[in-house]
Amino acid sequence: MPLFGKKETARVTYISHAGVPSPVTVPLGDSVMEGAIKNGVDGIVAECGGACMCGTCHVYVEEEFLPRLKPIQDDENELLDTTACPRRSNSRLGCQIPVTKELDGLVVRTPETQQ
Amino acid sequence: MGVVIVGAGQAGFQAAASLRTGGYEESITLIGDEPHLPYQRPPLSKGFLLNKQTIENTSLRPEAFYATQRIECILDDRATQIDRASREVLLASGSRVPYEQLILATGSRVRTLTIPNVHYLRNREDAVEIKDQLEQAETVAVIGGGFIGLELASAASSLGKSVTVFEIQPRLMPRCVSPIVSDFYRALHTTHGVKLVLGAPPAIQEADLIVAGIGILPNIELARDAGLPIGNGIVVDQYLRTADERIFAIGDCTDHPNPFAGARTRLESVQNAVDQAKCAAANILGKNVAYNVVPWFWTDQYDVMLQMAGLSGAADREVLRGDPASKKFSVFYFANDHLIAVDSINRPADHMAARKLLAANSRLTPDQAADESFDLKSLLVS
Repeated sequence: MPLFGKKETARVTYISHAGVPSPVTVPLGDSVMEGAIKNGVDGIVAECGGACMCGTCHVYVEEEFLPRLKPIQDDENELLDTTACPRRSNSRLGCQIPVTKELDGLVVRTPETQQ
Repeated sequence: MGVVIVGAGQAGFQAAASLRTGGYEESITLIGDEPHLPYQRPPLSKGFLLNKQTIENTSLRPEAFYATQRIECILDDRATQIDRASREVLLASGSRVPYEQLILATGSRVRTLTIPNVHYLRNREDAVEIKDQLEQAETVAVIGGGFIGLELASAASSLGKSVTVFEIQPRLMPRCVSPIVSDFYRALHTTHGVKLVLGAPPAIQEADLIVAGIGILPNIELARDAGLPIGNGIVVDQYLRTADERIFAIGDCTDHPNPFAGARTRLESVQNAVDQAKCAAANILGKNVAYNVVPWFWTDQYDVMLQMAGLSGAADREVLRGDPASKKFSVFYFANDHLIAVDSINRPADHMAARKLLAANSRLTPDQAADESFDLKSLLVS
């Protein structure tokens, strides 16, 4: 936490496999994975802590936000082929999506299982 | 009464969290000798030094988590004694904390040298100090060519420092990887301008900053003084219980039977901390689960990620998949034609497949491992 002032945030909603939404506010710069972990949102495991090496923070990003995300890098691309639930065209790893102002209102769906 | 956890690192934190997730209703007390809530250590030698991550961002959970999960944190206080007869932990502050079950997650501390003015990296304060010193320094000497030493060398060299690494063994990361991988890292560091002095004791002429990463020692004293058996760590059975059925031990400090080592071993890793914590929590919840998880590790240096699955110590054959010159390859380790470990460089899909193959004890042949057109996942029945 910063000593002075309020850190800027964006709203992110995680929708569970069962369809339950968890809306949270995430400080800008934190990842979508961190936003879930720090707010106790289930459905994201992140066993490596965000090093892009385990594929257990798999999320399905609502289509309208896809163009606003930074492109998928090689390592993320490879890991998306190893996730426990099937990869779809809107699959991303939560640890590779830094939350920005442009992503305010982001909606992601978590898969049935991560492991 | 409830569960008392000594040690607020990755293992202690995970045990507390997993107990609550598993439905544990009694009190949970987490005791740590550092003044911080539990945090991740891996970024301290990686992203933090490179300004990619702030120190606050290494926290595993925000403060509110502990309140909502009813995990009482006693920080900046040290457990000095276990009174097994009265089932209490005595703290340096004078408090006594009663337990129904006790989890020792006491972790480890750095090995030190007798020479003065050497920095070590273990906790947040160490990392902040090293980062401060790095800003002023032009020349950096790193003693120890293991994971911590090489991650420090990578960070310092990326920050434009003149770096020399001293490793007493003739190759890098000698305890953990094969010569193929060691050679790859020698070339990688050399390309980035790091000077490597291998196979000789460190002879440091002049350096603005000297950092040593020469291994860690398990914190066994609390258990030993309580009369619990000690081997290469606190001795536990496959359920992670010590000789006292009310006392468990997890993480860096345990000497435990490990099916993937085929023997008792002690592992220093996030994976082992997290998975042993989950196992001990399950056993406190009456599940009777033996610890049986594929060991894995990783290290980030420059633009190269090395991921290791399994334990390669007993290997009698190594098979290369991919071309080291492409900076993307894996080494598959076999013992008696049986796959026992895989090191992957910038090949995370190989690593994930390897973990599943090892967990399933599957019959990958050396020829299949070497054949890049062979789909590793085809051996996994889903």
